[in-house]
Amino acid sequence: MTTKASRAAFGEALLELGARDERIVTLDADLSKSTMTIAFARAHRDRAFNVGIAESNMLGIGAGLALAGRIPFVCSFACFLVGRFETIRVSIAYTNANVKLVGTHAGIAIGEDGYSQMGIEDIACIRALPNVPIVQPADEVETKQAVAYAVEHEGPLYLRLTRQALEPVSPPGYRFQLGKSVVLRPGNDVTLIASGGTVFNSLQAADRLQAGGIKAEVINAACIKPLDEELILASAGKTGHVLTIEDHSLAGGLGGAVAELLGEVLPTPLKRLGVHGFGESGDPKALYAKHGLHPAGIADSVTKFLDRRGNCTGSNMPGS
Amino acid sequence: MKPGIDAAGLEAIARACRVQIIRMLAHAGSGHPGGSLSVIDLLVTLVFGRLRLDPERPHWPDRDRLILSKGHAVPALYAVMARAGFFPEDRLVTLRKLGSPLQGHPDRLALPGIEAATGSLGQGLSVAIGMALGLRLGGSAARVYCILGDGEIQEGQVWEAAMSAPRLGRPDRALHNLCVILDENRIQLDGFVKQIMDLEPVVEKWRSFGWPVMEIDGHDVRQIDKALDQAEAAVGGPTFIVAHTVKGKGVSFMEGDPEWHGKAPKPAEAIRAIREILGVSEGGWDEHLKRDPALSVLVAELSSLEKR
Repeated sequence: MTTKASRAAFGEALLELGARDERIVTLDADLSKSTMTIAFARAHRDRAFNVGIAESNMLGIGAGLALAGRIPFVCSFACFLVGRFETIRVSIAYTNANVKLVGTHAGIAIGEDGYSQMGIEDIACIRALPNVPIVQPADEVETKQAVAYAVEHEGPLYLRLTRQALEPVSPPGYRFQLGKSVVLRPGNDVTLIASGGTVFNSLQAADRLQAGGIKAEVINAACIKPLDEELILASAGKTGHVLTIEDHSLAGGLGGAVAELLGEVLPTPLKRLGVHGFGESGDPKALYAKHGLHPAGIADSVTKFLDRRGNCTGSNMPGS
Repeated sequence: MKPGIDAAGLEAIARACRVQIIRMLAHAGSGHPGGSLSVIDLLVTLVFGRLRLDPERPHWPDRDRLILSKGHAVPALYAVMARAGFFPEDRLVTLRKLGSPLQGHPDRLALPGIEAATGSLGQGLSVAIGMALGLRLGGSAARVYCILGDGEIQEGQVWEAAMSAPRLGRPDRALHNLCVILDENRIQLDGFVKQIMDLEPVVEKWRSFGWPVMEIDGHDVRQIDKALDQAEAAVGGPTFIVAHTVKGKGVSFMEGDPEWHGKAPKPAEAIRAIREILGVSEGGWDEHLKRDPALSVLVAELSSLEKR
């Protein structure tokens, strides 16, 4: 298995699934070459619709197609798609239309194009909708399974995909299940929960930590909603320290979801890593370094987080 | 027009629905009478004169679809649906009450027969286009009707949709199964459309986007029906009908007054409105009520609201 962008794996999966299922249609807003639906569109010209640069209309048409029995994949950059939140909210979510929302180019990892093209608030927005699961696969295997699941899932669903190539991380025989996360590496000292493009970096951070004697448990949370509460609580209970690592705003994303869970059920020291402020143009690796999402940054945050806990007792506790 | 119904029959149903609209809003104490009364003749002519629907099977795949994009006028749709048998008429008074399927704006999941959640203005046409396209892809002969408000078409999404519908599906699956009707009552919440953000020239705008446009009196059921005939005969793409209407039509003190866009009538106002809708003079009202026990009960029910 080689590295592959999840948008590319999505395009391949869609082509294959579309050949078997006549109900599948795609909608694009002049980005089919970027969302990778172009292969499907070439193979099934009568089932691929490019509405031009008009995302709100695309979303509404998707709702109508779903209500007439089709299975539409409505695709754009995550920021442009979820930016038309009001249409998603009423025409798709409240209507419970069987629309597959596909947001590509997630996060600051798109790099040079800069903030206006970066989807970094999309998870927060979609999480607020009661009936829309959020799935962010971490590699090719998981992406293809997630796309196949999306076809079977009755109701709206949000698939968050990356522009950048992703290293394989899924264990042999892995099966995607909605609401389930997977422990990629077991450990007792600290829990690292990552999703999508930050999963591989978290595994690499775990390697670095291992060298320093810290055994990190790494969880791939492909399902940000519904969260695998059981798995996360078990891990948090075991390690007593949790970090979330995501290419998304610090507000309302995976870190927010985990904070809500732990805060209500099992208060556990938590450190959220993610995007501070707006994104900006730059080399993707440099941007990840700036926001501490590269392996060294994640490992460094873990070390500081554990040190602080170890050194602080009683009235010296931070925030006391 | 469907067999077994004529213009006089449609007009009688529209009158009865107007009475129910007033009744519902008086019970609810809030809602949108003006736009409900401007759209009711269009809805009645569609549902009772045209649409292939089965209230027993609201999800029948080959039913015609009706999307009321101007969702705030949903009391008019509820009155029509109750009359058509989608739910008992006595449920109309639960409008806007906690737990009622008659939500303040259309909710597809709450009430079978509602095709899409609307009321966040500007969204319904896109959904209607998707439905029309989906039905064509699935080989269904069902038709899709979408009603827009004139204030509503100030929304940008409407023009994205307007641009796309005449082009989508061509050539093999052109959307000739889609008919869009503009309830052009010339008033929006804040005042007259002309003063808030003038839409003229409306007809030319839609024509320039590739739509054949008809203009009719939206309160004349014969004109409405004839336009729907023409829309149904169209090939090659969707049709647009500009229905000139009067906001608050049928109630003298509501007609043409922006105040009645979103204000419910008080019980005494509701009773006067119903009398006017039925065309009864003030002097003849008591006598009229004696001859119509059901109406008498309805009026008593409204009077009792006054005392609450």
